[in-house]
Amino acid sequence: MLQLLWLVPGIPIASALTLALFRLSQRTVAWIGTCSIAASSLVSLLVTISFLNTPPASGAYTQVLWRWFDVSGLRPEMALYLDPLSIIMMVVVTFVSFLIHLYATEFMSGDDGYGRFFAYMNLFVGCMLTLILADNLLLLYLGWEGVGLCSYLLIGFWYRDPANGRAGRKAFIVTRAGDTAMVIGLFLLFHELGTLNIQDLMHRAVQHWPVGSSAALTAALLLLGGAVGKSAQLPLQTWLPDAMAGPTPVSALIHAATMVTAGVYLIARTHVLYSLAPRAQFAVAVIGAATLLMAGFSALTQHDLKRVLAYSTISQIGYMFLALGVGAWPAAIFHFMTHAFFKALLFLGAGIVIESLNGEHDIFRMGGLRKELPVAFWTFLIAGCSLAGLPLITAGAFSKGWIIWGAYSATNGSAGLWAVALSGVFLTALYTFRMIFLVFFGQQNSQVTRKPGQAMIIPCLILAFLSIAGGYIKTPFARFLDAVLPWNSAATPSVSFGENASEGFTAVVFLLGVGLAYMLFLRQRKFAATLTSSAIGSALHRFWFADWGMDWLYDRLFVLPVIWLAKAGKGDRIDGIYTGVGQVNELVWRGMSRTQSGRLRWYAAAIAAGTVVLIGVVLFS
Amino acid sequence: MNGVPMAYGLILAGILFALGLAGLLLRRNLLLILVSIEIMLNGAGVAFVAAGSRWGQPDGQVMFLFILAAAAAEVSVGLALLLTYFHRRQTLDADSMNEMRG
Repeated sequence: MLQLLWLVPGIPIASALTLALFRLSQRTVAWIGTCSIAASSLVSLLVTISFLNTPPASGAYTQVLWRWFDVSGLRPEMALYLDPLSIIMMVVVTFVSFLIHLYATEFMSGDDGYGRFFAYMNLFVGCMLTLILADNLLLLYLGWEGVGLCSYLLIGFWYRDPANGRAGRKAFIVTRAGDTAMVIGLFLLFHELGTLNIQDLMHRAVQHWPVGSSAALTAALLLLGGAVGKSAQLPLQTWLPDAMAGPTPVSALIHAATMVTAGVYLIARTHVLYSLAPRAQFAVAVIGAATLLMAGFSALTQHDLKRVLAYSTISQIGYMFLALGVGAWPAAIFHFMTHAFFKALLFLGAGIVIESLNGEHDIFRMGGLRKELPVAFWTFLIAGCSLAGLPLITAGAFSKGWIIWGAYSATNGSAGLWAVALSGVFLTALYTFRMIFLVFFGQQNSQVTRKPGQAMIIPCLILAFLSIAGGYIKTPFARFLDAVLPWNSAATPSVSFGENASEGFTAVVFLLGVGLAYMLFLRQRKFAATLTSSAIGSALHRFWFADWGMDWLYDRLFVLPVIWLAKAGKGDRIDGIYTGVGQVNELVWRGMSRTQSGRLRWYAAAIAAGTVVLIGVVLFS
Repeated sequence: MNGVPMAYGLILAGILFALGLAGLLLRRNLLLILVSIEIMLNGAGVAFVAAGSRWGQPDGQVMFLFILAAAAAEVSVGLALLLTYFHRRQTLDADSMNEMRG
């Protein structure tokens, strides 16, 4: 059964090609587009079952498809690598993608670019699976750029509005900054260790580089650059909120559930490298902690429903980075899984709400939708609770509690990071319930014009189930992952309280956040208004609303100088030479064409004159 | 063989050629332009004949026969074109044929 592995990325890519090449009816497109992902997820389930029944002796299965190329020592292979880490990523990605595709068949119906949409989405899934299953870093990079391309194409999907195109370009260029660092990291790794095969690379790194060596530090930091760009972490997080310009299923699939966690996957995949460079690993933790707080504050001030969710995504990936940074590897992957479920669900719910209000994005113009959209309300509430971490019940609480415990007790953990993670819970609860209270409670402000159909509701129900049930597999999950990503607890445990106490703190903080949200956004709306209209309040509000001024800063630092340079370079002198040649030619052309007057007798006169001149030249020279 | 000196013949040829050229340049009527071309051809023919008689060779007169044949062909084609043009435009003005300028 394991031989079927190549079909997992193969089917979506083949179907993307089919959809791109042939003009099909909407019905056919929906069938092909969704069934390909369904088939891919079925195959991935089969592969997983056979992997669990008869685990390979080495603990991993490699399928070599063909040799990609062979250039002076660089011999990357088209090879897929299956181990517990890639199995989890593969199953979650295919399954969540399938649900979102199903949702999209109805959400996008009637759109002009229906076939184009599904072709892009299928291509995206294929690239993401290539990224996950890649056996070497070069193939991983191929998938990495592939998902970046699909992200660009889908953000600017409604390309007739220039703002969407701008958002797409921004996402592409900002992640490019990180990708460049990553490519340099690949060059460095190949130059130093002579291979790009991930497993060989890790073995050789352990043999050649002592812990804390500068080569390992550089390589780890460069790879971190790529991860930071793709996963929208500080300081390259500015593209993600704008990426919400794309259709909602795109936001759910690419910019919440799967692609943005590619950075987390990259770091987990190369975690040996980070263990060799403790300072780089600590940088991961600090970036994660800073991002989760900053994005949390920004989420608190947004008006646009999808932007709230975007900042919340940034913040949750910050948690994953924190977990990676402190050495709580399995917690990061566990949070990736639960996050994929509940964040996809939140976006799908948001899609239903926005669609039903005729494209209204502003949460302050919504309200009271609890009765009109009961399914959306209940699933959104479950996902929101999971995001905020309602203890004991929801999946999000299990994964986040695990990370928070890791931030304290794992190798790089400290009380400071623990406190940051805990205050993140407070922020998350606050902005999540602010959103829920404003959208679904209070009085109804606008008319519901369209109710969701079956294809939109069923994925929500399944994801809602997973957002709850996903948490209970924590113990088998950790055991399954232990072979590749063991939990790194501190060598000398200096903890003054246990895991249960940490969970208790988390629960208390969660309740405080929900309580404050209840007071501010349901009971005492006026108080929240006075708070934001006070001098400090409004300044902070504006500052956080603009993502801590990062966009403004980057505009001044990078965008405007580049535009200025481009404008200055436009009228340069060297170009003048070439323009001059062109202008002289044009002048001569105009003169010559003037002689072609169409007058027969002038032509005859010119011939006669020419003859006279020629005879004169012959006679008198 | 000592009839007319060659210079006279060449001068006559030059005058005929110049007259034809002037007619070609100054006339606007296509028919008269054709006539002018004939005159120029005859000028050239006179030059050949004069040169032939100067050296006592028949080549000059043979050349003139060729010119005659070429002129006859040219005139027949030219007149045919001219007729067609007249049918189409009801005019023979050479300056009206300036639509393909530039």
